Amino acid sequence: MLLEPGVVTAVIGPNGAGKSTLLRSLNGSLIPNSGTILLNDKSLGKLSRRAIAKQITVVAQEAELRFPITVFEYVLGGRFVWANSTTWGWEGERDLEVAEAVLDETELHELSGRMMNELSGGERQRAVLARALATEAPILLLDEPTANLDLSHQATLLGLVRERCNSRSSSALVITHDINLAAQFADVILLLKGGQVVKTGTTQQVLVPDLLREVFSVDVLVDAHPISGVPRVTPVH
Amino acid sequence: MTTSRQANQNRVTFRRTIITLLVLVAALVIVVGAASLLGSERLPVSNSLCALTTLGARQCGLTSDQFDILFQIRLPRILLAAAVGGSLATAGAGYQALLRNPLAEPYLLGVSNGAAVGTMLALLFFGSLEWSRPLMAFAGALVATFAVYRLARGRVGATPERLILAGVIVTTFLSSIIVFVTTMMDATRIRSFTFWLLGDLSGANTGLLPVPIAVAVVGAIILTLNARSLNLLMLGERDAFDLGVEVSRVRVTIFLIASLLVGSSVAASGSVGYVGLVVPHLTRLSVGSDNRISIPSATLGGALFVIVADTIARTVIAPRELPVGAITALIGAPLFIYLLKRV
Repeated sequence: MLLEPGVVTAVIGPNGAGKSTLLRSLNGSLIPNSGTILLNDKSLGKLSRRAIAKQITVVAQEAELRFPITVFEYVLGGRFVWANSTTWGWEGERDLEVAEAVLDETELHELSGRMMNELSGGERQRAVLARALATEAPILLLDEPTANLDLSHQATLLGLVRERCNSRSSSALVITHDINLAAQFADVILLLKGGQVVKTGTTQQVLVPDLLREVFSVDVLVDAHPISGVPRVTPVH
Repeated sequence: MTTSRQANQNRVTFRRTIITLLVLVAALVIVVGAASLLGSERLPVSNSLCALTTLGARQCGLTSDQFDILFQIRLPRILLAAAVGGSLATAGAGYQALLRNPLAEPYLLGVSNGAAVGTMLALLFFGSLEWSRPLMAFAGALVATFAVYRLARGRVGATPERLILAGVIVTTFLSSIIVFVTTMMDATRIRSFTFWLLGDLSGANTGLLPVPIAVAVVGAIILTLNARSLNLLMLGERDAFDLGVEVSRVRVTIFLIASLLVGSSVAASGSVGYVGLVVPHLTRLSVGSDNRISIPSATLGGALFVIVADTIARTVIAPRELPVGAITALIGAPLFIYLLKRV
């Protein structure tokens, strides 16, 4: 598989298909038993943690916070890899500019002085995304970023990811259980089962009833979305 | 836009850190001066201050007895109190950030007891070698740290409760070893030993005094250099890893340095409890949780705290003394209960 600039790839598959394992391997936190992962033609295993973090950033479910931190400080955390000796390891002007810019981009400006634990679930997940965007890494890996979000927040969050990929030619890999959301936002869909890639291709190529029945063991109806025209999947019981 | 700018201004900066630390250093100098004037023997204030400002180069009209009390007894003890307080508070701040647990503290985690066992073994087997005590204390602290860390890490990760339970287990196990060894000693040593276990700074005037001071300074610097990594580790190991922190390297560094800090202070003064809990908590409340400011502030705050506690311990029922650990625990235990209710 290949992550290309400007392309949003969605990874779908049943529980235990290896979606999170795939993401953790791509990030370098798990070392694959076989096969190699190349980042700009260099093997991931040979790169330092900092070098990888400058290129790849992860948006996961936010961990429980046990110490108070403001949204602004939280987002500035994304600038860690860019620390250098000219500012004695402290955040410089550029770091602050980037943080301001991503707070604008994610519409968190008004909340930047608030404590993270005062935010709603949707706002907090946007802050997690903002921190990832602040790293300026061109590759975004998202692990079920919308799992705890309501309908409008799901669309907002993935809209931001889509926007980043369009405007900066970033690439994104989104793990999701929501096939219809994947169909709406992704260019490429990767269907996984039992640690194997069953099919990869455009939404029209992957989201077909026979494949989905084989992978999810449930009958589905696939029709075209009345507005966007992308495939729409409905389970049939 | 305005809110963001405010958040930006409230942020901890290099400048703010330096100013805070300078204020704390000034406070430390004043407290050292004041504490050296207090004690069962009354010293003339202006003469003593004059002698102190020359760092003992001139006697400034003090009698030689007074001069000796000041420079051979009080000052070494105050410096040791500062080193012990600074070390324990720094170690506590480091453990709390690394383990993501505001309740982590060398004494409660059993690390102090590990160092105490190490010191006892050094006394028993290498009694004549002074250097063996801090080294064995360091080894004991390191073993206890890893034991607690392994015990606390279940399949779901280390929850605060699990960590404290692991600390209790390690503490009680090591306590039983301490009791076992103590009862093997002759009766005359038991009392001084029990006193030492509770935290006792009266053994300050030895050739080893520079060890805890140097360890406190170097340890605080190394932990502060890792502070930005610790800021991210406080949010979770996975987050820190994803953002570019070399988690295992930082973890090993913090464990080693914290064990060294605890080991050197326990070897010198026994287990002074709760300093690592009280001080980092108070510094976080006053300067925020950014470790770049809170760790060095905790070092200086810890020094201040133990100097004050020890001054109380040696003056409140003078000429008799209390172990300083009794005073710190008297302040620390209620705070622990308060924190436990909030976690």
